[in-house]
Amino acid sequence: MGFVNHLPTRRELLVGSGALFAWSQMPRLARAEGRDPRLLVVVLRGALDGLGAVAPVGDPDWISLRGDRALALDGKPPALPLDAFFALNPAMPNLHRLYKSGKASIVHATATPYRERSHFDGQDVLESGFTRPGATSSGWLNRALLALESGGRVDPRGSRALGIGSVTPLVVRGSAPVMTWVPQKLLPASEDTQNRLLDLYQHTDPKLATVLQARMKLASLGGAPGTGDPMSDDPTLMPPGIERVRAYFAEAAGTAARYLAKPDGPRVGAMGFVGWDTHIAEGAASGQLYNLLGALDGAFAAIERNMGEVWGETVVAVVTEFGRTARINGTQGTDHGTGTVAFLIGGALAGGRVIADWPGLKSAQLFEDRDLKPTTDLRAVLKGLLRDHLRVEEKILAETVFPGSADVKAMGGLVG
Amino acid sequence: MVATSLPSGSLENWAFAMSNSAKAEAVLALHRFGMGPRPGSIAAVGTDPRGALIAELDRPLVLSAAASLPSSAKAFRTVADANARRAARAKQAQQQAKKQQVAAAPVMSEDQTQGQVQSSGTEKDAAEMAAKQAAEAVPDPGRPIYLQEAKLRTEAALGADIGFAERLVWFWSNHFCISAYKIQSMSGAYEREAVRANALGHFVDLLLAVEGHPAMLFYLDNLGSMGANSIAGINRSRGLNENIAREIMELHTLGVRTGYTQDDVISFANVLTGWTLVPPGDNPEHGGEFTFNPRLHEPGGQTVLGKRYEQEDAEQGRAVLRDLAAHPATATHVATKLARHFVADEPPPALVEQMAKTFRDTEGDLKQVAITMVSSDEAWRGPPSKLKRPGEWVVGMVRATGIKDVDPTRFTAGQDLLGEGLWRPSAPKGYPDDEASWIDGVGRRLDLANNFSERVAATADPQAIIEDVFASEIAPEVKQAVGRAESRQQALALLFMSADFQRR
Repeated sequence: MGFVNHLPTRRELLVGSGALFAWSQMPRLARAEGRDPRLLVVVLRGALDGLGAVAPVGDPDWISLRGDRALALDGKPPALPLDAFFALNPAMPNLHRLYKSGKASIVHATATPYRERSHFDGQDVLESGFTRPGATSSGWLNRALLALESGGRVDPRGSRALGIGSVTPLVVRGSAPVMTWVPQKLLPASEDTQNRLLDLYQHTDPKLATVLQARMKLASLGGAPGTGDPMSDDPTLMPPGIERVRAYFAEAAGTAARYLAKPDGPRVGAMGFVGWDTHIAEGAASGQLYNLLGALDGAFAAIERNMGEVWGETVVAVVTEFGRTARINGTQGTDHGTGTVAFLIGGALAGGRVIADWPGLKSAQLFEDRDLKPTTDLRAVLKGLLRDHLRVEEKILAETVFPGSADVKAMGGLVG
Repeated sequence: MVATSLPSGSLENWAFAMSNSAKAEAVLALHRFGMGPRPGSIAAVGTDPRGALIAELDRPLVLSAAASLPSSAKAFRTVADANARRAARAKQAQQQAKKQQVAAAPVMSEDQTQGQVQSSGTEKDAAEMAAKQAAEAVPDPGRPIYLQEAKLRTEAALGADIGFAERLVWFWSNHFCISAYKIQSMSGAYEREAVRANALGHFVDLLLAVEGHPAMLFYLDNLGSMGANSIAGINRSRGLNENIAREIMELHTLGVRTGYTQDDVISFANVLTGWTLVPPGDNPEHGGEFTFNPRLHEPGGQTVLGKRYEQEDAEQGRAVLRDLAAHPATATHVATKLARHFVADEPPPALVEQMAKTFRDTEGDLKQVAITMVSSDEAWRGPPSKLKRPGEWVVGMVRATGIKDVDPTRFTAGQDLLGEGLWRPSAPKGYPDDEASWIDGVGRRLDLANNFSERVAATADPQAIIEDVFASEIAPEVKQAVGRAESRQQALALLFMSADFQRR
């Protein structure tokens, strides 16, 4: 029983959410140009290791930094070359294809203005668009929409924003109405959660540790309980963990795309994927992170497919609260860091580039001698997309969407 | 006289003024004997956890909204009526489908032989399909009743300050279990009418209520059990069913291998012949209620455990039950099971003996037995080694978040997933109470905790739960894991899956 057969109609969805919305307005300026742009923001919660996703294989210090954990062009499997300097994690052939056809860009060594290392605060800054956590309860995407819709006057009957998941991401929350869609099926506990729990049990309850370990082993073997429906509710039919994660990512992202593709549907959306906090056994080339990036790559394919004809008017921005330590830690993972990557995909992009002011990987070049130094303010990227894709005015961007960002210049040339 | 003054202000302030050891004991009381901590419950327990547990036993054990639920007999009649309508519809549809097929047969196939072989199979399927569809058109009223009962029961567990009394109801309901697989309509009402009403009374009253309840008589096959020399027995080839007599002695009272023989089982089964219910079809007012049917009853006296019972009617069975309730083996059996459920898989023998003694001294006063348990140091001394049963654990998780609304479908589905379907044990023995039976289900608990945490992450703050609900009485490793989690969802899942939360 796949979600493909169960995309609720708009009416079902609206009735289900207890309100009737009307989508009558379109972004005015973009529309005047004959365009009808879509923007989807995907938040990777837990802090993606940018170096594990997009490796600076041309940096002379790369191999010595990560040792045998470093992605390499002659690795097993080999990393996918992007340009003379960067290579993509081999789990992401879709992204590689999009990049090669100019429909994807990668921003590297980027970060929000947040410089501490708390997930919750980092996500708050990323999504609120403010420079410090706890400043507001609305997100930059919602405020951008508000500005777009009617010069600040929002039509309470109109909803142009979509939130996916049982918790609406902060980035899309705010006074502009948001419709939400909750995937019918449930996300299994991530490998990371299982690892943390195992670690906790190993310190507190050896018996529980043994049981959990056995379960994880079973899941990693695949086969037996792996032949069933990937989204089945019956645990005996469930495939091993990662297949369920792949199915969940593809369902959630694919559904978001279907709504955004509708002529009378929302125009911006946001969703979050958890599981990126890879402190233990990160596995960039074959384990945990490889699997998650593969699931994300599958989500990209689902978005491209389900956007259909409006793929050419689509931009998807994939962002995370911060990066991870440049070096591998004592448990074959990475700890909370600073600079990382952002993925941009979509038919509306002028892509095929890695955008980076590369800071280098020598000790002295690292932020606080531990993290990839951020050289590109993520807000510049987001402002560029909002200005050139959705046509949000620069003044509004600097004042209400990303308050206090007047000196962060919107990045031009991202969209074609 | 030294003046002592209580800290001024609210109960919450009072809780903060409690010493760490008092808080630790309050948290232990809530986990071990209650339904788990919830906002405000540490303050409700106060500095005297034993006294607070005992005080809860003085409150009435009624379900607030139970008046809106049908009695067991009414529920049984409702389902029986629906089943009758269903059967009638199915028969009608089947006959109609057959008629149509006969009419259609001549033009069905050119190849007569093969066509007929094929079509006879298809006809049969089609007729069965038609019957099935017609039957399904009549909704089953049993499930909504079950869910409504589940909702009230779960709300009581979520709403209790401590939940000791509710835990006792759950314990006795499992001790005297029936199965909703066999008798869904009555399953919830049975617990309310027979168990809840007597869980803090004398054991003998509880025993008489459950064994004389139609749900139990139905579940343990006594409805048609007849003595060989009864009026019905002489006229028919069917006879005695030993099931309920054996289970009462083995599971409900004396315990296995306590000296009763196969002859005792047969005699007791004879004693209980005639304990049945009013057939629902015959009697729209009393159908489904208990009745003693003398036509099924084996006439004459019976000897059970060396004692002669000469009574002529249902009094004979009641007399045996009274003696079983008063038997010393029953006191030990019940005390052991209670202590095993609440305190440890291998409970301290001294504790079991104290409880059994109270049972014997008070003619099985279950409230006094419970009081003896929580008053004994032995019940508090051991480490939190018991793995919570799935039902307790799920309710505990919801309580910790302060949620009080119950979607019974979610609850019962969760219980099914974790192998402890509500009122659905696979055997009359009920759900087991040892770690080995449940520990392999920890992986499934993780799935459930993960999903629950995702749903509540917007409103439930894991740090606040640790500080306010658990008064920070939780292992530093857990605090650290929660603090370092990548999201609130993950933090909550780790908290609910921690040994501190799963063991008691």
